Amino acid sequence: MTQAQQHEHVAAREKVLEVHNLHVTFKTFGGEVKAVRGVSFDLYKGETLAIVGESGCGKSVTSNAIMGLIPQPPGRIENGQIVYNGKDLSKMPKKALRKIQGMDISMIFQDPMTALNPTLTIGEQLTEGIRTHHGLSKDEAKKRAIEMLNLVGIPNPEERLKQYAHQFSGGMRQRIVIAIALICEPDVLIADEPTTALDVTIQAQILELFASIQERMGISIILITHDLGVVAKIADRIAVMYAGQIIEIGTKRDIFYRNTHPYTRGLLNSVPRLDLLEEELKPIDGTPPDLFDPPVGCGFAARCPFAMDVCEHVEPPATYITEEHRSYCWQQDERAKGLFANY
Amino acid sequence: MVSYIIKRFLMMIATIFIIATLTFALMHSIPGSPFDSDKTSNPVIQQNLEKFYHLDDPLPVQYVSYLKAIVTFDFGPSIKKPNETVNSLLERGFPISLELGMITIIVACISGIILGTLAALRHNGLIDYFAMAIAVIGISIPNFILATVLIQVFAGQLGWLPAATWSSPKHMILPTLALATGPMAIIARLTRSSMLEVLTQDYIKMAKAKGLKPWRIVFRHALRNAMMPVVTIMGTMLASILTGTFVIEKIFAIPGMGKYFVESINNRDYPVIMGTTVFYSAFLVFMLFIVDIVYGLLDPRIKLHKKEGETS
Amino acid sequence: MTNIDVKDEWFRPKKKDGDEKEQVMRPSLSYWKDAWRRLRKNKLAMLGLIFLVLLALFAVFVPIFSPHSVTTTDLPNQNQPPSAKHWFGTDEMGRDVFTRTWYGARISLFVGLMAALIDCIVGIIYGGISGYKGGRVDMVMMRIVEVLYGLPNLLVVILLMVVMGPSLTTIIIALTITGWVGMARIVRGQVLQIKNYEFVTASKSFGASSSRIIRKNLLPNTMGPIIVQITLSVPSAIFAEAFLSFLGLGVQAPYASWGVMANDALPVILSGDWWRLFFPALFISITMFAFNVLGDGLQDALDPKLRG
Repeated sequence: MTQAQQHEHVAAREKVLEVHNLHVTFKTFGGEVKAVRGVSFDLYKGETLAIVGESGCGKSVTSNAIMGLIPQPPGRIENGQIVYNGKDLSKMPKKALRKIQGMDISMIFQDPMTALNPTLTIGEQLTEGIRTHHGLSKDEAKKRAIEMLNLVGIPNPEERLKQYAHQFSGGMRQRIVIAIALICEPDVLIADEPTTALDVTIQAQILELFASIQERMGISIILITHDLGVVAKIADRIAVMYAGQIIEIGTKRDIFYRNTHPYTRGLLNSVPRLDLLEEELKPIDGTPPDLFDPPVGCGFAARCPFAMDVCEHVEPPATYITEEHRSYCWQQDERAKGLFANY
Repeated sequence: MVSYIIKRFLMMIATIFIIATLTFALMHSIPGSPFDSDKTSNPVIQQNLEKFYHLDDPLPVQYVSYLKAIVTFDFGPSIKKPNETVNSLLERGFPISLELGMITIIVACISGIILGTLAALRHNGLIDYFAMAIAVIGISIPNFILATVLIQVFAGQLGWLPAATWSSPKHMILPTLALATGPMAIIARLTRSSMLEVLTQDYIKMAKAKGLKPWRIVFRHALRNAMMPVVTIMGTMLASILTGTFVIEKIFAIPGMGKYFVESINNRDYPVIMGTTVFYSAFLVFMLFIVDIVYGLLDPRIKLHKKEGETS
Repeated sequence: MTNIDVKDEWFRPKKKDGDEKEQVMRPSLSYWKDAWRRLRKNKLAMLGLIFLVLLALFAVFVPIFSPHSVTTTDLPNQNQPPSAKHWFGTDEMGRDVFTRTWYGARISLFVGLMAALIDCIVGIIYGGISGYKGGRVDMVMMRIVEVLYGLPNLLVVILLMVVMGPSLTTIIIALTITGWVGMARIVRGQVLQIKNYEFVTASKSFGASSSRIIRKNLLPNTMGPIIVQITLSVPSAIFAEAFLSFLGLGVQAPYASWGVMANDALPVILSGDWWRLFFPALFISITMFAFNVLGDGLQDALDPKLRG
C-alpha cells in the first residue's frame, strides 16, 4: 500500500497532533446527526493548518473534539483517535485531559463578545489557567499576565487587569482571548473563526499578531474558518471539509492552484479575488446534504457538476496526488479520465 | 451606579405614595365610612379614631393628615381592640413574622439554588428529573394546603412535631417547610434554566478549554451569572412569602402580624387593614429597591439602566 | 475503505434529476403543526391537558346529575367518612363532599379562565400599543407598568376584596386589576423585538397599513409567549381564589370552592376526619400541577429557538 510510504516520507517533520478516522455524532430531537464522519489529518510543529468549509460542515465539531469540548451527551466520539504525545485524547479520563487542556492545547473562540465572562475581571480570567497548571502565586501570575497583555498589544496592562470585558472593544477583547489562550505557552492553538466577528482592519491586525506569535513561540495553529482570504494570508496547509469529511487536503499552493476536487474549485470560485478581476463569481448550486441521513456515496455528488453514477453508490477513496496532497474524488480514478471535457 | 440608585429610589417613593393614596381612596369609598360609630362598640375607640382621622374635616384635609401620619410611621388606632394601635400590633407581631419570613427565604434560597444547580449539571439525568419533579410539585401545592397536610401528617398521625405556635426551633420546622417549599421550587427551576443557558455560553467553553477544575467552572464562572435572573425575581418572591405568612400564621396560630392582619380582615378592623397594607407594601417596595441595588452590584455591566426588552 | 466492488459501468455522467435534491430536505412543518407535534411528544403535558379537559367536563356535569345538592344540609349525617352513598364523605353540615368538590372545580376554573382572559385582552392591547408606538408613548406607558409591577399583588387584591365585599365577580375584578401587568410586559417585549425584524420592515416598505402589520405579522409571532403566559396565569388565579377563600374573602357559604372547603376543614384536621381536607387539597394541587406542566410543555413546544 502506498499510504504507508507516504506517511514514512512526511514523518521527517515533527508531528504534534494526529487525528485518525474521527467520527462524532449528536443525538438531537430530530434524530442522530453525524457531524464528523471519518476525519484524518496530522499537524506538524510550527505550522498553521487551516480547516475550511461551509457552516455545518463539521469543522468546529472537529476542533471541539480535539479540545475535549464535545458535550456528552448529546455528543459522542463514535470512533477514531486524537493522538497527542503518544496518548489518545479521545479516550483519556477527564482529569488527565484537564492537564492538557489550556496547558498544551488551547483554544480561541469565534466571538470575543461572548468568550469572556462578563462578571469576572480580565486579570482573573487571564491568570486562573496558569495558576491551576503551574501553581503560580498571585503575584507571579499577575506578572505573567502583564507580559502577555504586552505581547498581544494591550496598553496599560496593569490597570486593564482590574477591568471587566464590557470595558474593552471587540478587537481588544480578541487580543485578551488570545493572551488567555497563550499564557501557558501551549504546543497547539486551535482558533475557531478568530476574526469572523471583527472589523476588516482589526482582522488584519489580529492576523499579524498570529503570525508574530507563531514566529516567537513556535506553536502549531489549527485555524478553523470559512474565510479564504484569511487562509491565503496565514495558512501553510489547508484541509477542505464538506459534509463531515475532509475532501481535499494539501499545502496552500496545492489547494489554491493545483486543486483536484470539484468542491474545492467551487469554493474558490465563489470567493472574489483581486488578482482575477474579470472572472465571474460562481456560487455552488444546491445545499449541503442532511447529516441526519448522510448519503452513501460522495457527500458532494448531489451538487457536483461532474457527478457519475459511482459517486452516488460508493464513497471515493483517498488519492495521493503528491505525498502531502490528498483528495477524495472519483474523478481521480483511471476509469473516469476523459469522461468530462471541461474537467 | 449613583444615578441608577437615585432613579430606583424615586420609583420606590412613587410606589409607596400610590399605595398609600390607593388605600386611602378605597377605604373612603366604603359606603357609610368604615369608622361609623355603629361599627365600633367602644366609646374610647371612637374618640381615638376621631382624634386620629379628624373625621369631621373635609376629605383633602383628612388626606393630608393621613399622609403626614404615614411619613411619621403612625398608623392610628384599632377599632376593634381597645387600647391597641396598629403600631402596637406591628411592634409585637412584625418581628415574629419577619423571623418566619427570613428563615423561609434563607431555606428556600439555599435549597433551591443547590437543587437547581445539581439538576442543570446533570441535565436529563436522574437528579434532574428528581429535582424537577420536586419543583413542579412544590409549585403546584398552595402553601396553606401544604401546611394543613403537614399538620395532619406530622402533628396528627405521626405526632412527631408540634402543630402550633412559634415557641422553639422545633415549632418552627413545619411552618417554615410549608412556607418555603413554593419559593424553593421556583428558585430551583429558575436556577436550573438559567444555569443551563449559562453553561452553553462561550465563556464556559473557554473556561473548560483552560483545563479548570469543574467546581471552579461551576462556582466561579457559571453560578454568579446564573444567579442574575434569580436575584430579579427575589422581589416578587418576598411578596409571596410575605402574603404567605398571613395564612401560615393563621394555620399554625403564630402570633405574628399576619395573624393580626387576618383577624382584622375577618372582623373588618379597617384601620388595621389599612395600616398593615401600607406598612407591608412600603416594606416590600423597600426590599425591591435593595434587590435592585444588589443586582447592580452583582453585574458590573449595569451602569444606569437595565437592558431593554427584558421580560419577566 | 469500502469493500464494495466498484463496477466499471458506474463511471458515466449521472443523469440530472431536479427532484432528488428536494427529497434530501426534511419536510418543513408549519409552526403550529410543529408545536403540536412537539407537545404531543411531551407525555406529562398531554396528561395535564387530558386531566384539565376531564376536570372541566366533570365540573359541568357532576353537580347537575348528582343526587346530592351542593347546599342542602343534612345534619344527622355530618362528618361521615367516604362511603358508597357519599364517595368523598360529608362535611360538618352533612353536605356531600363529592358534589361540592366538583362544584368547587367550577368556581376555580371559572375564576382562573376569566381572570386569565381579561388579563390577556387588557395586556395585549396595552402592551401592543406600547411596544408598537414606541418612543415617548412607550416610555410613559412602561413607567406606569413598572410602578404597578412593584405593587404587592395579593395585598392589593385583599384590600380590594375587603372594600368590594367577597363575591365571585369581585374576585375576578380584583385579580385582573393587578394581573394584566405581567401580560402587558411580555407582549410589549415581544412586539418590540419583532417590530425590528426584517420581514416587518419589508412589509412596511411595501406600504402595508399598521393594522395589517399587526394582524399579519405581529400577532401570529407573539401568540406563543401569550399562550404560555395564559397557561401560567390561570393557576396563579386559581391559587389566589383559593387563598382568598381560605382567608374568608372568597365565595360565601353555602357555596363551595376548594379554598372554602379547605378552610372549613381546618378545625377538624387533628380529629382524623381526613377526607374533609384531602379531596379539596388533592384537586387544587393536581389542577395547579396540570396547568403548570401544560404551561411548561407549551413553552418548550412554542419556543422556536429550540426548534431542532
